[in-house]
Amino acid sequence: MKSNTADMVFEGLLRIADDNLILGHRTSEWCGHAPTLEEDLALPNIALDLIGHAQTLYCLACEINSRYKNEDQLAFLRLEHEYKNLLLVEQENGDFGNTVLRLFYFSTFMKYFWERVKINCCFKKLKEFSEKAFLETSYHSRYASQWVVTLGDGTDESNLKMSNAISNLEPFLGELFNNDDFTEMCSQNDFLPEPTSIFDSWKNEVETILQKGNLNFPDIILKKRGGRKGEHSEAFGYLLSDLQYMQRAYPNSSW
Amino acid sequence: MAREQNEKIVSLEEFQEKIDRDEKIEPKDSMPEAYRKTLIRQIGQHAHSEVVGMLPEGNWITRAPTLRRKLSLLAKVQDEAGHGLYLYCAAETLGKSRMEMTQELLSGEAKYSSIFNYPTPTWADIGAIGWLVDGAAIMNQIPLCRCSYGPYARAMIRICKEESFHQRQGYEIMLTLARGTKAQKEMAQRALNRWWWPSVMMFGPSDADSPNTENSVKWKIKRYTNDELRQKFVDAIVPQAKKIGLTVPDKDLKWDKKRNNGQGGYAYGEINWDEFWRVVRGDGPMNNERISAKQKAWNEGSWVRAAAHAHALKKQTALHAAE
Repeated sequence: MKSNTADMVFEGLLRIADDNLILGHRTSEWCGHAPTLEEDLALPNIALDLIGHAQTLYCLACEINSRYKNEDQLAFLRLEHEYKNLLLVEQENGDFGNTVLRLFYFSTFMKYFWERVKINCCFKKLKEFSEKAFLETSYHSRYASQWVVTLGDGTDESNLKMSNAISNLEPFLGELFNNDDFTEMCSQNDFLPEPTSIFDSWKNEVETILQKGNLNFPDIILKKRGGRKGEHSEAFGYLLSDLQYMQRAYPNSSW
Repeated sequence: MAREQNEKIVSLEEFQEKIDRDEKIEPKDSMPEAYRKTLIRQIGQHAHSEVVGMLPEGNWITRAPTLRRKLSLLAKVQDEAGHGLYLYCAAETLGKSRMEMTQELLSGEAKYSSIFNYPTPTWADIGAIGWLVDGAAIMNQIPLCRCSYGPYARAMIRICKEESFHQRQGYEIMLTLARGTKAQKEMAQRALNRWWWPSVMMFGPSDADSPNTENSVKWKIKRYTNDELRQKFVDAIVPQAKKIGLTVPDKDLKWDKKRNNGQGGYAYGEINWDEFWRVVRGDGPMNNERISAKQKAWNEGSWVRAAAHAHALKKQTALHAAE
């Protein structure tokens, strides 16, 4: 792989891996605290998939960039500004409605993302991985969509909470569909799809589900952003202090 | 849940004969009320233990030291939620709803394994729980695969397979720590010191003080007494600790060739039964925290359950209207 292609693939893998790791981390926080035992099983299961995706992607990234010796170095030992995840995924969970709505937004996006990678990606290993990732994110999207409809349609209280969740997450959706120089380069090189190319499919599906739950589709304009450049929110610092605690407290140890 | 009204009533003698022939008792079979109550209590407590047990381990998911450890721990805790679901279903076949059992857990009326009232301050506690607590659970649960009550016995077969995997995983965490840096080895030893005695106590009171044992053995719910299982546990764990260079915190521990009917076994020190009963009665290090966490989750989730109920009713009404 030429060095500029390697840089592109490395950065692209990191963006997706970080999104998955950080959302997996947030989702795993529900373990033991969910509204029903079924959700106590489902949410860690989804967290397991998301963190599993991150692990695979970090391993691929390490194969490309020899500066990092293993996936854990990427997951646990970078500084805050070196994480390239979306601000959407690092926000605190909020209530169960906010959690499933964010999962629905993200996994529906990723479902269409992986569907495109499956069709066209110059990096063979990622193309192969996209088969599995597509199936799993499709399941996450279906699971979360059922809750969005249920909570939107359920009671006046639950509908209000879901409307609040829509407002709460609205400022973070623009970043999900934001093209930048990097995404354009990835698309031109047949590596990754441009985020804007996913918007219509995503909107169509999200709008249908929100309608079923008597909820309004949010305004999507670029408001809060910075995650892709490593500029994170306050909540992220606390997340990292949990995530990195062991590796920082006991450096150079095997686990 | 309404019990079958047309069940054939059998006498205590006929029931005992059936048990003695090693025939399984199934949900619709007639059974003595005391047998039913014992099982509901035991399976319910077992289910609650799985659910409460998610908390001390779950709090380390976000801090697990590597991705591999994080994924294993997530999978393990998820298994525990699955075991809880299985067991509540098994208990429901005896006529008590999951809702009733949950309310009893939240009100403090129902018990769960006291071991989960101990804290997990370090990563090594996750290893110690897998190794010792799941190890003790397996000793208790393998005989339950042959329990006379069919649904419980069948649930236990799968649960034991998963628990055995958890135990190996826990031991492997301890092994890695014991072979690691000085700080890691000390962390492992401190966790063993914390979990040893509570794990030994997991088998419950001594046989002389265990009022439920006699009937449970007669009905083949239990196959071994508390003290028999405790001995098996100590005999299994002591060599494992030695192998990885950790010290079991019991100065009276020594090989006694008279134990196990002359085959030999480890004699162990006096168990602090005052501590055992104190924790059972609610005064353990984490009793309040565990129940408060479950109450908080339940209360904060009430709007979600209400919405799910309302949505299901609306769907049902719409379906009827369409018919």
